Order: sequence, then C-alpha cells, then structure tokens
Amino acid sequence: MADKKSRLHIPQPTARPGDKPDFSYLDLSPAGAVDKPSIDSRTRDIEYLSSGLVRVLDDDHQAVGPWDPDLDSGKLQIALRWMVLNRVFDKRMWQIQRQGRISFYMEALGEEAVSVGQGMALRPGDMCFPSYRNQALYMYRGMSLVDMMCQCLSNTRDMCKGRQLPIMYHSAKANMFSISGNLATQYPHAVGWAMASAIKGEDHIAASWLGDGATAEADFHHAITFAAVYQAPVILNVVNNQWAISTFQGVAGGERRPFAARGLGLGIPGIRVDGNDFLAIYATTLWAADRARRGGGPTLIELVTYRGGAHSTSDDPTKYRPKDEWQDFPLGDPVERLKQHLISLGHWSEEQHEKLEAELTEEVTAAWKEAQQYGTMTEGPFLDPSTMFDDIYAEVPHHLESQRRRMTKVEGVNGGGSDS
Amino acid sequence: MSQMNMIESIRSALDVMMDKDPTVVMMGEDIGHFGGVFRCTDGLQRKYGDHRVIDAPIAEGGIIGAAIGMGLNGLRPVPEIQFADYIYPGFDQIVSELARIRYRTCGEFFSPVTIRTPCGGGIRGGQTHSQSPEAIFAHVSGIVTVMPSNPYDAKGLLISAIESDDPVVFFEPKRIYNGPFDGDPEKPAKSWAAHPKGEVPEGHYTVPLGKAEVVREGNDLTIITYGTLVHVAEAAVEETGVDCEIVDIRTIAPLDVDTITASVNKTGRCVIAHEATRFGGFGAEIAARIQKDCFYNLEAPIRRIAGWDTPYPHAFEWQYFPGKKRLVAGIRDIMEIE
Ligand SMILES: Cc1ncc(C[n+]2csc(CCOP(=O)(O)OP(=O)(O)O)c2C)c(N)n1
Ligand SMILES: [Mg+2]
Repeated sequence: MADKKSRLHIPQPTARPGDKPDFSYLDLSPAGAVDKPSIDSRTRDIEYLSSGLVRVLDDDHQAVGPWDPDLDSGKLQIALRWMVLNRVFDKRMWQIQRQGRISFYMEALGEEAVSVGQGMALRPGDMCFPSYRNQALYMYRGMSLVDMMCQCLSNTRDMCKGRQLPIMYHSAKANMFSISGNLATQYPHAVGWAMASAIKGEDHIAASWLGDGATAEADFHHAITFAAVYQAPVILNVVNNQWAISTFQGVAGGERRPFAARGLGLGIPGIRVDGNDFLAIYATTLWAADRARRGGGPTLIELVTYRGGAHSTSDDPTKYRPKDEWQDFPLGDPVERLKQHLISLGHWSEEQHEKLEAELTEEVTAAWKEAQQYGTMTEGPFLDPSTMFDDIYAEVPHHLESQRRRMTKVEGVNGGGSDS
Repeated sequence: MSQMNMIESIRSALDVMMDKDPTVVMMGEDIGHFGGVFRCTDGLQRKYGDHRVIDAPIAEGGIIGAAIGMGLNGLRPVPEIQFADYIYPGFDQIVSELARIRYRTCGEFFSPVTIRTPCGGGIRGGQTHSQSPEAIFAHVSGIVTVMPSNPYDAKGLLISAIESDDPVVFFEPKRIYNGPFDGDPEKPAKSWAAHPKGEVPEGHYTVPLGKAEVVREGNDLTIITYGTLVHVAEAAVEETGVDCEIVDIRTIAPLDVDTITASVNKTGRCVIAHEATRFGGFGAEIAARIQKDCFYNLEAPIRRIAGWDTPYPHAFEWQYFPGKKRLVAGIRDIMEIE
C-alpha cells in the first residue's frame, strides 16, 4: 500500500487563508434571466430552475425580470428594517458574548435576506422549522428582542427555563418550532407537519431550513423522500452559505451539481435563488408556497449566500478561509443591495438609513437593559434549578420527584445523594 | 517523556499510529485542515496528507458506515464524531453492523474501527454538547467501550484501541482535555503539568484494554468510577478523610470485574460514580456484579452517585453535575452505616 499513490478524490476549496478569494466555481445568471414558470408546471419541465440562479436585483440595483414581485416601497422598507434589526441585534449579542455575559452566540451576518424574505412570503398559519441562523424569522413573527435576550441569558424569563444553549428559541404562538442542536433533525419534522396539514384537509404549509453542510445528514434525505412520496405541502430550504464550519460546500457534495437539484430524482422541483436578493427570495418562496398550498407538493429552494462571520463564537474562520473572502463574494451584501434598490427608487436615503440603524441600535440597547432585569449569569433573580426536573414527562414521575428533593437538599446544604 | 495534556497525548497516539501503520486513516467533521474543533488532529493532515486525514461530510451515519467499509477493505479507520451528542445518526451502523460483523460471519469479516468522540459536560455546552452516552454502547455486545481519565492512559488506551481488531468506541471527557478537574468550577483551572499522568512517553506504548487501575489505595471504602469523576472522587476523598480506594475502570466494556471485586471484598463498602444519568446507567451493571461477587463481604448497601435523570441543563450544569458535594455526602452516608 505504501508504495502506491491514493487515487481518491478529495474536494478542495478554491482558496484557503492567504490565497486570493476565488468564486469562479459559482454559476451565476444575470438578473432577470431565469424564466418564471406557472406553479402547475411538471418538475421535469422546470429543471432549469435548479441550475440557473433566480435574481431580481441587477447590478444597478433595479428590479428586473419575471420574478420581480412588484412590492410597494412601504413593504420594502419594512423588509429592510427587519434585516437591519437582525444585523444590529447579532452585532450586539456577539459583543455581549465576548464580554462573557452569555455563553454562546451565532450570527446570521450576510444571510439576513433569507429569514426576512421567506418569513414575509409565508402566512402566519404556516409552520416554520428553523435552523440556528433564522433568528429574524422569530423576530418577524413577533418574538420580542427582550424574550430572545432572556433566552440567551438563561434567566427567569427564558422560554427554555435555562435548559438550552443560547439561540435555541421556540414559540408555539408564532408557529416557530424549537431549534435543535442536532443538525437536520427539523427537516423530517417539517414534512410530517405538512403531511398532517394535508391529512386534516387544511391549507397551511410548513417550511424548514438547514445549511449546505447539513444536507449530508440522513435526515435531509429522509425528508425529501417523504415529501416527494406524499407530495407534502412543504418548502425545504437549503441555505448554501458556502461553508459548514471549516469545510466548504464541496465537502457536502456541492462540487458537481447544485443543492437545488437534490430533489429532482424524486420529482421535487428545485429553485436556485440569489440568497442575497430579498426580492428574488420573496418571489421564489411565494411561488413555492402557492404551489404547495394548491396541492402541488414540495419545493426545494437553495439560497446561494455567504456566511459573513464566524460559524459561532467558538470559531475562528481565519484558520480555514481567506480573511476577506466575503468582500469578493459576487452576490454582495443583502442589506446593502436592498438599501441601494430603495435609494434608486427614491424611497430611501443614506440619512434615513443611518437614522434607522441608530434607532434600532437604541431599541436593542433598551431591550438588553430590560432583559438583564430578569437576571444575568451572575446577578439574580435566578431561575430555580429544581425546575430542571419538569417537562421531561407530561407529569413528573416518582423517581424524578425524589431526585428533585435530593438535589435541593444536597446542592443546597449538605447530605443526601442516596440511591433510589 | 514529555508533558502533555489530553489533547496532545491523543494527538500523539494518532501520530504514532499513522506513522507506524500506513493503513491507519482518520475521517471526521473539521478534523483535517482545521485540526478538529478540540484540536486533537491538529497538524496531522499536514503531516500525513488529506487522503489519510479526511474531512468528512456532516453525516455521522455516513462517517461510521464508510469507516466500516474501509475497515473491511484492509484499512484501520479512526473516525471522529465531533461530539458524542452527535453519534446517534451513526447508531444503527454501530449496533447492527460494526458490533456484529465478526459474529454473523463467524470471523470471516471484521472491521477494526476505533470511533473517537468527546463526551461529558462542564463546558456550558447545553444538552447537545455535554452527554455521556457510554452505557448505551456498553449495552451492545461486540463493542469495546473506553473512557480514559488522564493523558497517559488516553494515549496508551487509544493505541491499544487502534491496534485492536475489535471495534472500539473511545470516549474523551472533554472537561479534562486541558487539565484534571475536581468538580469545582469556581477554582482556577489546573493544567496537567503538575499531575503524574501528564508525563507521557513520546513514542509507542500501550495501556491494555479491559484493565482497570487502582488510582488510590485504601481500606475502608471503594469508589468505582471513570473519566472526569476520577478527579472529583480524589477531591471528595481528601475532603472526607476516609481511607478510600479509588478504582478507575478505564475500559467500560469488557469490564475488569476482578479488580473491582478484589477491592470491594477488601473494603466492604462501595460507591459508584459517573457523570451520565443514573437510571439504567453503567453504575447499575457494576452494582449488579458487586452484589453477586462481594455480597458476603458488603457492610453497607452500594451507593450510586450520578447525573440526575434529566437532559443536561445549560444553566444548571453544576447542579446537574455529580460534584464533590454529592460524592462527599455519599461517602459519609455509606461510612455511617453500621
Ligand atoms: C448531528 C450534528 N453533527 C455535527 C454538529 C456540529 N455542527 C454544528 S453546525 C455545523 C456546521 C453546519 O454547517 P451548515 O449546515 O452549512 O450550516 P451553517 O452553519 O453554515 O449555517 C456542525 C458540523 C451538529 N450540531 N449536529
Ligand atoms: Mg453552511
């Protein structure tokens, strides 16, 4: 063996630290170039949607082509506001983690258009099964910043009662499922939820999100199989931000065919969309939602974007990718693009934008102030640790009730710790 | 000899084995260019190339299944699962395949896979970066289950695991990667430098699988434990002043019953400690063996100290973690029984 050379193919990213960023591997289509088919189209007739790139905003920030959703400027301003809020919130929470005041954080820098564009295209009765970079979906669907911060603080107002790592939000009221730490598990849940919606004869649909890296998990494949077999009313989104942690999208199998094409073999239409183009995201999601609602089954949407920041607060991306790679990303910055579009329409200005940023920064600061009143990691009020035994079962069984009593005793004063 | 923490000694074991045996290959999420999220494979891809230190897709079932296939074709794969909490997508491949290939083919086929995976809490990782699922694997016949408690054992056991033709699930307690931890998160972190088991030979050596070690000799009570809790037990013993014997079982399955029963037959009292949840935990298996083999020498009931039967709660990890207080209380209780 030692004298023979390996013939295995090992995917290689186009650039590592110190190299010049190289996105030549990304197939791009000009804005407006990809046709918009009717929602009744057969998958085999619309395969082109999975290899092209649906774009609405062109290089001059104009909305062009058949996918232009024709939104009024008021709606665009609302979208911009949510995207900026997402960014400002993340920036603040990142700093807060760096100060040691929360244990962990993940930001959606550069991917804000995904949650906002898709969130706005769905209806409140539709159910979302998000991933950890969909914080703006929670915001858009009504979760307050204070509630999100309290979750990150594991304090007395934490919806997870201190049980979960920061950012693992949930809200039944907002039809937002709980974020799991285990990748891709939410995908089959979304399909099952959608199947139930169909069984019950309702027109609510489900949507789920995961990353390029997570498409490798078996749960991704389970989900697309069930979605296809039962034509479940579900939108399955792959947020291709080019990187998992240190591995580029080629390691997840993205080297030869786009992720949008993953479902074609099962008859699921795939749409590859500019993930930094709010208008294109909104339009493609609405198309998929209409199709699902009318009984046309699932759609797989690949959102081509770039992870602008580190994977998480535990990560240092300068170890595995060029430092300024994002600046060379050909699809730019989603916030900047929507902003420039609005400016070009005459419905926004640099001054307004600065004012908006300042306003939202203030809103976030005020929320942080309020959130801390419900407790921090070091200052009370504190959650009662004995609540850790609740919600494991619908009713606390005998052995957990006795462990709860012992915990209070041992961790409180002394004694205890007995067996049984 | 040199000073190593557990990350370095594990890396050294991998290095020694990759150097010695060209069939040793590694595969896992972020283990190659990046060197692993805990740095255990740092530098190894540069040294041995990306065909032997392979960055894998995020698919634990795929990693383990493909490792099994490589093992069937003459390689000696050492896959890494980034966190033990993420091993479950590979569970079917471990239980239904890896564990049984030798049995169902009467030895014609086997796959010498060693799965490395960090386990345990104490790093504020919440319920998906803190679990200790060793009992689930110990329950599967055909799998060797290992959990070292120090750099010296980690390296020696890992080399034994890689050289073994049996499949091994090798748990690395992440809280003690950088230093022994006595269960008190308020104290400044200690390094391995001052610990005798931080002295590690640079080259090849083995610590045998299936052999426990008495890490402290004593006459009045036996503490049976492994992983992080070995260090918590040492601190607890010091605090109580009780003349305890501490047995670090090191290999969970197959279990070194002789060392355990010899100790308990000598002391007559026994506390079993592990970080994993108690119900159906590995402590139950140990207790059953002691009950059978030491019954007439027991002077008190066997006591288990373990994590509560809850998921690992983010904010309450120190209330969850079976720390010194709980061990001290347990030791005192058992000593008081006439
Ligand atoms: C089952 C499982 N395996 C591994 C991990 C560790 N992990 C967390 S995020 C991540 C990378 C995911 O990359 P991607 O799916 O592209 O999403 P992104 O972070 O880029 O949004 C990994 C390996 C995990 N959380 N769950
Ligand atoms: Mg990604």
